[in-house]
Amino acid sequence: MKDESTDKGQHNTPMLDELEGGKWPSFVTGLKRLRDNQDAKYAPMMNDLLGQLEHSYEERLGFWKGGTVSVLGYGGGIIPRFSEVADKFPASKEFHTLRVMPPAGYHYSTDLLRQMCDIWEEHGSGLIAFHGQSGDIMFQGTTTEGTQKAFDALNEIGFDLGGAGPALRTAMSCVGHARCEQSCYDEVRAHRTLINAFLDEMHRPSLPYKFKFKFSGCANDCVNAIHRADFAVIGTWRDDIKIDQEKVKEHVATVGRKYTIDTVVSMCPTRAISLNDDDTLEIDNQSCVRCMHCINVMTKALSPGDDKGVSILIGGKRSLKVGDLMGTMIIPFMKLESDEDFEKLEEFGETVIEFFADNALEHERIGETIDRIGLPAFIEAVGVDPDPNMVNHPRTSSYVRTDDFDEEAEKWFARKAAEAQISAE
Amino acid sequence: MNQQAEKPRMPDEVGVPDPFPYMHPVMKANYGNWDWHDRPRPGVLHHVSKSGDEIWTVRAGTQRQMDVFTIRKLCDIGDQFAEGHVRFTTRSNIEYMVSKEEMVQPLIDELQANGFPVGGTGASVSMISHTQGWLHCDIPGTDASGVVKSLMDVLYDEFVQEKMPNRVRITTSCCQINCGGQGDIAVNVQYTKPPRINHDLVANVCERPAVVARCPVAAIRPAMVNGKPSLEVDEKKCVACGACYPPCPPMQINGKEETRIAIWVGGKHSNARSKPTFHKLAVANLPNNPPHWPEVAAIVRKIVSTYKKDAKHWERMGEWIERIGWSRFFEKTGMAFTKHHLDTWTGARKTMNMSAHVHF
Repeated sequence: MKDESTDKGQHNTPMLDELEGGKWPSFVTGLKRLRDNQDAKYAPMMNDLLGQLEHSYEERLGFWKGGTVSVLGYGGGIIPRFSEVADKFPASKEFHTLRVMPPAGYHYSTDLLRQMCDIWEEHGSGLIAFHGQSGDIMFQGTTTEGTQKAFDALNEIGFDLGGAGPALRTAMSCVGHARCEQSCYDEVRAHRTLINAFLDEMHRPSLPYKFKFKFSGCANDCVNAIHRADFAVIGTWRDDIKIDQEKVKEHVATVGRKYTIDTVVSMCPTRAISLNDDDTLEIDNQSCVRCMHCINVMTKALSPGDDKGVSILIGGKRSLKVGDLMGTMIIPFMKLESDEDFEKLEEFGETVIEFFADNALEHERIGETIDRIGLPAFIEAVGVDPDPNMVNHPRTSSYVRTDDFDEEAEKWFARKAAEAQISAE
Repeated sequence: MNQQAEKPRMPDEVGVPDPFPYMHPVMKANYGNWDWHDRPRPGVLHHVSKSGDEIWTVRAGTQRQMDVFTIRKLCDIGDQFAEGHVRFTTRSNIEYMVSKEEMVQPLIDELQANGFPVGGTGASVSMISHTQGWLHCDIPGTDASGVVKSLMDVLYDEFVQEKMPNRVRITTSCCQINCGGQGDIAVNVQYTKPPRINHDLVANVCERPAVVARCPVAAIRPAMVNGKPSLEVDEKKCVACGACYPPCPPMQINGKEETRIAIWVGGKHSNARSKPTFHKLAVANLPNNPPHWPEVAAIVRKIVSTYKKDAKHWERMGEWIERIGWSRFFEKTGMAFTKHHLDTWTGARKTMNMSAHVHF
């Protein structure tokens, strides 16, 4: 579809036009539909947006700058954009984005999507992203004035702004309980409980830097929590993997013995599985690390156990400033079923956020804070006991004072005795 | 104006919306009670509940940055061929849920007829996760939507079928902050030159101590330049990461030729089999070449096709390379291994081979 309407004041976009070919849906064709909707208020804005984008393609540079725009009552959630080339493209001089929190698990009715489209045609550009890397619905492109109006309308239908800047950020949760048999906890409840408890930290940014929660129902971690969240909640279980041996036999009969050995037995990271002579499986559950691989392959025969709960890993982030950090195991297991369990999770979330607020340097993520002060100081501050699941292996450096080693060992044995008593009861 | 109109509207702090009013009724009825699933064909998931209820999910690719007409078209399809409920995946694919198997094929046909590719499930190349780029970011080195569109055009066949050894997750990022995240293949901007400083603007635009503190290698110091308070960069120390640019836009890190693209491989989010991993450098210094980024696309294609041919079923990109060794990876993909592949950052020694294990 070539641009044939330059006589109507439309910008030529020869480079962008090339992105209308090919089989994948084209964002350029979409932008042009908005530009060409001549009755709409946003048509001139989208014409100039296309003009500026083409200019970026020519110059290989971006031409937006930030600024300060917010809605009444909130300090964050709007991503302001002012054009640096507004002299050439005046109609898209202001092109701000509203970050709006989606329903947990990204569920929509078509009615809801249509309402959102109507609001964004009325007050914005008609361009929406489902979703940004932050996990927000991104309503992209409106003026400072339109920002407040769009927010009011979205807020009226039950939607709220997400996070931006040094604040609690919008969270993500996987589809989980809603459709996935591998899910080990109620992700919607965990997601809404934690975020909605700390909304003040989202709407009025005052943390040292960003703080992200993400919720994955199992170790497949479909929302990338361990890499990307300061506080990752990952579903797991403590008892045995459930095996339906008849289904195992059917699986082996279908794909073959060699293929089963190659793709299930040999790929178990802790060599915890073997295939019996009668084509049933034997699993050494004490060696199993709940990685999910065998369950992913044999979806009918294998499933997570019944004693489900979550692991919590803290401190994941990307490059800036010290380099990439993976979240590390802080709570290997906690139950997450009863009201009290969810209260405990909320309390722990609050403890960690408070620790972050009190101890992180400006522009420091919690993983960096932990690196700076050491894991022992962090777990002491948040009231967690050391656990072998926190490490790949114990320390290899001898540079440590161990004069209170015996007292620490006593604590360990006392804890183990208490745990033994609880499980005996 | 009456008093009502003068009174400003304060936000209703509703927080994360409850998804249940929007959720497909079969999903709502079987919440937490699913039993197993299979994939009848690429792009379709079939879940069975312990109650015996079944649901079919049809997944289709979108352009993520969607105009309202596209969204309404997707809604029309949802109303006419599905049951009025959709969801999105973390990679911006749309999912339609239907409660009857016979609804699946007409839905697929309608999606395809409207140009939405059905796929992205199982061992496919799913939609590339992307960032904002020149369209909307304030610090981008490249575009995001355009790179993704170009790559997905090239990888289209691998989206609509499940013929890879395991899933392939590609990410793109338009600066080194890497909002796109870790991936089996990550296509990221890599700056190559220190920032160019507009000393006339620094004092008024930048909070100088904060900018000094951002630098990971302590290469920035306060200085008087032409009688004005500004900042200067020790260019021998500078690693051209761009960390100073967001807090101080007069320290321009981007340039028409200087902003380049690097490709990284072997990142993995999942804990399945091996622990999660970060992606590792494959090649740097590729040109930032809109509108099709052909040099980037050629390398991505080469890596994908080599992995497809060589990896065992269920091996992710990083696990495949771990087995065959990095020497074989560079040999098979025809890329150079240089001194820049040797890590120099904190903890670099842990990335070295501390053994006599060698691949020949």
